[in-house]
Amino acid sequence: MENNPKTRVVVVNEKFCKGCGICIAFCPKKALTPQINGKPVWDNDLCIRCGLCELRCPDFAIYLVQEGEE
Amino acid sequence: MSNGRELLRLNKMPHIWCPGCGNGIITSQVLRAIQELEWDQDKTVIVSGIGCSSRAPGYLDFSTLHTTHGRALAFATGLKYANPELKVIVLTGDGDSAAIGGNHLIHACRRNIDITTIVFNNSIYGMTSGQYSPLTPTGSLATTAPYGNIDRTFDLSQLAVAAGATYVARTTTYHTNQLRDFIKKGMQNKGFSVIEAVTHCPTYFGRRNRMGGAVEMLNWQKDHAVPIRAAERLSEEELADKFIIGEFHNKPEPEYCERYAQLIANTKGQE
Amino acid sequence: MKKPVLMQGNEACVHGALAAGIGFYAGYPITPSTEIAELLAEEMPKVGGYFIQMEDEISSMAATIGASLAGKKAMTATSGPGFSLKQENLGFAVMAEVPCVVVNVQRSGPSTGLPTSPAQGDVMQARWGSHGDHATIALSPYSVRESFDVTVKAFNLAEKYRTPVIILLDEIVGHMRERIDIPEPGTYEVLERPKTDLSPQEYQPFDAPVDGIVPLAPFGTGYRFHITGLTHDRTGFPSTKPAEVDYKIRRLTSKIEMNTEDIVEWETYNCDDADTIIVAYGGTARSAQATMELAREKGLKVGLFRPVTIWPFPEKALIDIAKDKRVIVAEMNLGQVALEVERILKQDIEKVNKIDGEPITPQEILDQIEGV
Repeated sequence: MENNPKTRVVVVNEKFCKGCGICIAFCPKKALTPQINGKPVWDNDLCIRCGLCELRCPDFAIYLVQEGEE
Repeated sequence: MSNGRELLRLNKMPHIWCPGCGNGIITSQVLRAIQELEWDQDKTVIVSGIGCSSRAPGYLDFSTLHTTHGRALAFATGLKYANPELKVIVLTGDGDSAAIGGNHLIHACRRNIDITTIVFNNSIYGMTSGQYSPLTPTGSLATTAPYGNIDRTFDLSQLAVAAGATYVARTTTYHTNQLRDFIKKGMQNKGFSVIEAVTHCPTYFGRRNRMGGAVEMLNWQKDHAVPIRAAERLSEEELADKFIIGEFHNKPEPEYCERYAQLIANTKGQE
Repeated sequence: MKKPVLMQGNEACVHGALAAGIGFYAGYPITPSTEIAELLAEEMPKVGGYFIQMEDEISSMAATIGASLAGKKAMTATSGPGFSLKQENLGFAVMAEVPCVVVNVQRSGPSTGLPTSPAQGDVMQARWGSHGDHATIALSPYSVRESFDVTVKAFNLAEKYRTPVIILLDEIVGHMRERIDIPEPGTYEVLERPKTDLSPQEYQPFDAPVDGIVPLAPFGTGYRFHITGLTHDRTGFPSTKPAEVDYKIRRLTSKIEMNTEDIVEWETYNCDDADTIIVAYGGTARSAQATMELAREKGLKVGLFRPVTIWPFPEKALIDIAKDKRVIVAEMNLGQVALEVERILKQDIEKVNKIDGEPITPQEILDQIEGV
């Protein structure tokens, strides 16, 4: 995380996400909770920007970006 | 640090794989490895055979070639050999590489041609919805093994080592960073590299063998994968339901295209 | 003019490939085609080209396609059993429209058959061997010199129509030695692979008219596109849209059949005043020529129609030459081109068929003419 971690946010691409629940299950801080369709909702405060969700996602559907980007 | 999405053909997404399938995880590591090694997008060719794994190239923004079942390595051999400047990655499955493609796999290993082969080993024929493959564990259930698979199973990594591949490693979709590291090592190996990526298929293998969903299958990988060093300290019984991960072979040898380039130089020298 | 030499048909095929600018050969040993591999193993390094012996004919066909996609003019050679093994990947080259040349030095079949004996039993396999609807280009030389010419033509047609082209040699022509005057470079046409003038962003690998092709940009030159055996649309990506599927598959036939005039080649001998026409090709045509001369000596007005392109068959020419005349089709199979001749002429024809491993002799054809 080259720059200031706190200014990075998690983006969920709901078009790509298939609601498999992997990110939710492996998030160390329970910062992701499932909607009815299983797709994750991100909690900015709980999240420590570890990137495990991005690492484990099979759908290229959740990732960290610099705030304001994308 | 990115999931490699910059190298996707975004207009072709979302991909075809089932929710929770591990193929997307492997594909992401392939793209991240390409990014981290800064491979030239225009000089990289990704080749695949037939099966779930082999749909990957369609989503990847490179010169991509989706060939016939089991023959990816033979197509890739012609492509690489005819233009050694190209960097060639083959994405293949356990059925595609070890069953119908087995002959081409062992010969590609023997030749030691500079191709990086990533085997998406989900122990099942997923595209055709659930038949067993040569890498399906004995006793497992599949649509064509309704009473339990009586076949003995290849150890694909040992097979590749014995056939002459100069970099061979196995890990899993759970051990994602290690997977990316092994893929990069394979890509950097000037010779034939085989990375066996044990991946999970919740839809067919997982459901048929009552292993739960993607999360449970990933945790199963964590609990059943044993690193090489640790395995050496375990008994036969302790290893019974385990599988070994790590780098099985990493020893560069003369690369096939370079040998031929040398042959051309010598032949032309004598003209 | 180069000094005339005594050469085998297989050798002349290699010299034709070299004349055409072959850049890659992949093969696997099989009688009676192995000389092609052996000579290319020797010649390719000298011209900076690539030779590889693969583990079987399937991988030889695959490697040939891979090399062509890398921008090389590529060829593979085999005989019956190997030709059968190559069919699936040959079909891939058809579907992906990848130019390459596949030589089948036919031997007596089926199966292992008589490895050193001639036959012409793979004609229909050349046309329909790979599954699904598509057209085929197949050429059959009858002399050592023509083996050279036909190979150059095969490469030109492969590049021009972005398709595999099959050369149907047989063990007679492949193994017989004859004097050959190898033409000087520049005295025959060599078609280089057409280049696209579209930018990588605009380029669509299959956005071609019904009767034509789009130039194939080589992999690794900045054109990042997708090639797949799945039926695909004009962008090259898999499609199940009926209109796209229909357009793609229909084009695999129309791009060749709408250019038949440009592709077909045939020879006629003494047909103007003939009342009996022998139809023969490849090695059998040599016997048919002798029969014609014997018959003429007996005052029998016999001519010979010799297709060089078996597929697409020279229909118009055959009709002009042979319609409503007595027609005898002589071939070393049980009547394969005969089926095509009957279809075209819509009249009864006679057949001289031989499948015992021996060449058809001039006398055997003459006996048919004389009703012996």
